[in-house]
Amino acid sequence: MPMTITEKILAAHAGLESVRPGEIVNAKLDLVVCHEVTTPPAVAMLKKLGITKVWDPTKILVTPDHFVPNKDIQSAELTKSLRQWREEQGIERYYELGNHGICHALAPEQGHVHPGMTIICGDSHTTTMGALGAFASGVGSTDLAAGLATGELWFRVPESIRFNLEGQPPRGVYSKDIILEIIRRIGVDGARYMAMEYRGSALPYLSMEARFTITNMAIEAGGKSGIFPVDAITEAYLAERTPEKGVRYESDVDAEYAAEFFIRVDQLEPMVALPGLPSNGTSIAQAGPVKMDQVYIGSCTNGRIEDLRIAASILKGNKVAKGTRTIVVPATTTVWKQAMREGLMDIFAESGCVISTPTCGACLGGHMGVLGSDETCLSTTNRNFTGRMGHPSSKVYLASPATAAATAIAGGLADPRDYLPEDCNFTIAEQQLWGV
Amino acid sequence: MPKVIIKLGADISTDDIYPGRYMATVLPTETPDFCFANRTEFNTRLKAKAFTPGSIILGGENFGCGSSREQAASAIQGYGLVIVAQTISRIFLQNAINLGLRVIICPTIEAEEGHELTLEPMEVVNVTTGKRFPIQPLPPARQAIIDAGGLIPYTRQRMGNG
Repeated sequence: MPMTITEKILAAHAGLESVRPGEIVNAKLDLVVCHEVTTPPAVAMLKKLGITKVWDPTKILVTPDHFVPNKDIQSAELTKSLRQWREEQGIERYYELGNHGICHALAPEQGHVHPGMTIICGDSHTTTMGALGAFASGVGSTDLAAGLATGELWFRVPESIRFNLEGQPPRGVYSKDIILEIIRRIGVDGARYMAMEYRGSALPYLSMEARFTITNMAIEAGGKSGIFPVDAITEAYLAERTPEKGVRYESDVDAEYAAEFFIRVDQLEPMVALPGLPSNGTSIAQAGPVKMDQVYIGSCTNGRIEDLRIAASILKGNKVAKGTRTIVVPATTTVWKQAMREGLMDIFAESGCVISTPTCGACLGGHMGVLGSDETCLSTTNRNFTGRMGHPSSKVYLASPATAAATAIAGGLADPRDYLPEDCNFTIAEQQLWGV
Repeated sequence: MPKVIIKLGADISTDDIYPGRYMATVLPTETPDFCFANRTEFNTRLKAKAFTPGSIILGGENFGCGSSREQAASAIQGYGLVIVAQTISRIFLQNAINLGLRVIICPTIEAEEGHELTLEPMEVVNVTTGKRFPIQPLPPARQAIIDAGGLIPYTRQRMGNG
């Protein structure tokens, strides 16, 4: 029976020859990722049930990320209990402060995510890891507890939607613009319960980092997962990080899709999602001028090294506007160090940005850049729901790191094409790098 | 008879139900304090126990979208409220089932704040208007978990019986 990549992965992990969308399967888990907010409640549930050991400590990765460094006593207690638990359980894949990072960026970067895996985490942006050809989905604390105890979880096999990304991204257009356009088209529940699968002639222009941005926001369209097929770009990314090659699945040519969309990437313009919903996307030109009190560059969506390079290329030699606080948050410690080595930190500091340690931070209104009443923020994060980054009357606009950097200089919503240096188009750089 | 205590629009996010700044609070005994914390008036009435358990939060499409935070479900559950919504986001629905929070998917529901509803096995009756609306029942295996009070009591029951 013809199947999609997602169906093949779930079938293989459920010990079945084939599966159909809608079917409930019990699938073995290859990786469970844990952070300090949703894991302690899961651990408490297991203790209540008298379960004292996880099923396999070698298949669990732990990092604190949401409120680190601890923002208050309560979050300190959470990270403390996470630390104690991982010690008791003997979990070695542990990334303490100084090696830590936002889990969805950290796990692939450190080589723990391989094609064909099944991955859960008590966090909705787990979908990010699907960019490496894996099935990765977010769950709540109770399901996380079940996964930690048994190494299995039931899944409803999702229908797949196929997104054909066509053409070369024009100057100033990045993967963030692609996913904002997709969510604009299908809405915040357009892929509810479904797997979002990406194909098309644009893929050779999308680095792994760019792909992570796209799969990261699957949940913003209601998706259960996002997935890219494995290609030379995936393999090169893996080769730098792990000897594991994983299992490479391809969707059959006659696999069934719930829907199919064509996205003309070559005709896209820089996008911005207006406050309220991630589906409120519009081209930057149509959005009109909006003054920004804050610009936030970071998160599991856009806090990787390529994102920081793009932002730095625009900020270099410029100053952020007076009245526009600009916060840069590398997603992981490795990204932080790399940015320092490449001189990006100097560029950010000289242009008047502040640079934070890796943290989920202000993306969820936690700390390190929370918004006050009526304040506006252009953010490279994934959500702009009412009150997401702070006060319920504050307003969040979502865009790419390039648009964020341009906006920081202008002090209000700005088109990155007006600020991008001629010699700095990472889309082209990737194209040359991969010999496309 | 259960009343609609608040009517909400489409795409009510978990940031609205349980703002991120309270995410370091995880105990189900404490999360109800921050239920709809950004809707100050509603939150104050919740905390004052102004609503009887079984009262209804009426949602539109895609209720509970966004983050996987289970606090959004546990905060509502702390007041014994019931969700009636046109559709429910995937992770919120899953969390609600796991915690035993009663959720009713009723795609065509028409009701206003203050209306009295009865929740039948296959339909919602708006007693105030006299109209009836079919519900989309959960698969029996999922409903059984809600009826047991959540996945932990359900697992305990099954372990006890086994």
